[in-house]
Amino acid sequence: MAFEDQRTTVYKVDPAHPESETLPTLRTEELLLNMGPQHPSTHGVLKVILELEGERLVKSTPVMGFLHRGVEKLAEEGTYHQFIPHTDRLDYVCAMYNNFAYCRAVEKLMNITVPDRAEYLRTIVAEVQRIIGHQFWLGTQALDIGAMTVFFYCFRDREILLDWFDELCGARLTTSWYRIGGVERDFTPSLFAKLKQFLDYFPSKIDEYVVFLEKNRIWLARTKGVAVISAEDAVNFGLSGPTLRGSGVDYDLRKAEPYSAYPKCEFSVPLGKNGDTYDRYWIRVMELYESVKIVKQCLEQIQDGPIMADVPSVTLPPKERVFTNLESMIQQFKLFSQGFDAPPGEIYCGTEAHKGELGFYIVSTGGGKPYRLKIRAPSFIHMGAFDHMSRGYMIADAITLFGTYDIVMGECDR
Amino acid sequence: MSLQQLSERVREHFAAGFVKAVEWRGDLAITVTRDTLHEVAQFLRDDPAMDFDYIVHVSSVDWPDDEERFEVVYEFYSIRKRHRIRLKTRVPESDCVVDSLTDLWKGADFMEREVYDMMGIRFRRHPDLRRILMPDDYTEGYPLRKDFPLRGKGWRDTFEFLDETTR
Repeated sequence: MAFEDQRTTVYKVDPAHPESETLPTLRTEELLLNMGPQHPSTHGVLKVILELEGERLVKSTPVMGFLHRGVEKLAEEGTYHQFIPHTDRLDYVCAMYNNFAYCRAVEKLMNITVPDRAEYLRTIVAEVQRIIGHQFWLGTQALDIGAMTVFFYCFRDREILLDWFDELCGARLTTSWYRIGGVERDFTPSLFAKLKQFLDYFPSKIDEYVVFLEKNRIWLARTKGVAVISAEDAVNFGLSGPTLRGSGVDYDLRKAEPYSAYPKCEFSVPLGKNGDTYDRYWIRVMELYESVKIVKQCLEQIQDGPIMADVPSVTLPPKERVFTNLESMIQQFKLFSQGFDAPPGEIYCGTEAHKGELGFYIVSTGGGKPYRLKIRAPSFIHMGAFDHMSRGYMIADAITLFGTYDIVMGECDR
Repeated sequence: MSLQQLSERVREHFAAGFVKAVEWRGDLAITVTRDTLHEVAQFLRDDPAMDFDYIVHVSSVDWPDDEERFEVVYEFYSIRKRHRIRLKTRVPESDCVVDSLTDLWKGADFMEREVYDMMGIRFRRHPDLRRILMPDDYTEGYPLRKDFPLRGKGWRDTFEFLDETTR
């Protein structure tokens, strides 16, 4: 054999030391590589121990918890109202949807029906938040894979919406606009006008993002057929959101268990076929169009009315009354400091955030504080499938995987 | 299938291990004994009328005053049948071990690790039962237990806080 000949010419066996014959053979042991915690494409502080054979991933072990702040423990020490700002800090990219999911869970516990106008406002803001989340995801995923221009285009349009949030509630990222039983304040005419302007402007911009990627050979090579997961496995792992729908599983809580104003809007849920990174990308881009559709319908259907449920023992009084009316001030003070008396029982309420099913499991034993509050964070559960989905791919595909989950460590580690 | 029928069907098949079923706010929670947990879970997944193919979350609750102190909570969903169920079991503190469901739902792997990390409940036949959110060498206990103070245990307790009044 040619290889044998070459070897004997290069390494001659010393007759005095026959064991030296074994020396020149190639070493093929696995290499351990620490990726992170300070790696820019891990989207936070996440470490993954990669076992490599050449450049192939044999096994990957996520090491999490660098951002663990004990949010579930903190929830047990505060009242229900006091926990709302904590939920902003879970998925800090999409704070509104966390508020929404939490408020819905407490409303289910307290059996509160939210007035119509508030439901529409909530749906509009939630879908705007979904657009922001997907823009953020698309920009960073493309940046990680090597298409930098998309990042700037996405973030340019994201700024418009963040400024809109700023006008709505005074904060860009950690918003806390949702309240138990309704929302904190109504839209001003200026907000309506700006949103309508954005909706006219935005769809052509989505086409613009797509142009940069659809014919980009690097993007296609690094997403098509990468990190494939079958529908059966995706369900078995408990994946949710676009990560699950990329495999063709029709599971969207907005359709499966309709809530808020979603049942009154017409929209479709895009489904993938191959379960690869490209399909998940395509689904998120399609969801941008769907979100625009939902917001437009909500703006058409919205009617005047109250923005807060009228349950004085639970919901907050209007802010302007708090500053002028003694009883309202006392009510607000008592609700925040002592909380309201929740009935004993336990509920689980899941909401379709843009990453997946964000759920809150609340156990109450009565009184103003939750006895136990568990957050079902989609990022955390998606990381459980990381090892399964990364096996056999190249080391650079690990980056693609972080991106395709749309992982945010604040939510993953809580 | 209504929630009533769901719980009846579980009760029919596992009369011995069935403890109670509670229906509240549209959620069905079934409590079973620890020994039958794995069997019931398998039944929930494989029975065509049940068809719970999706694991939603695994959680735990600490009830320090009860004899069986810890409660392990599994939540399942059926994507085809569109129904939900919560499966619970209780374990005493002296022997807080539950059969792992990782062989039925692969997603239970990380979720059970989190329960172990936060509440100290061990899962039998779990492939990789290590801490997940707290550091590997953390020895100060399990943070979500009710007897764990909010500000933590161990070296943090030894801080000498400055007394504002004496300055």
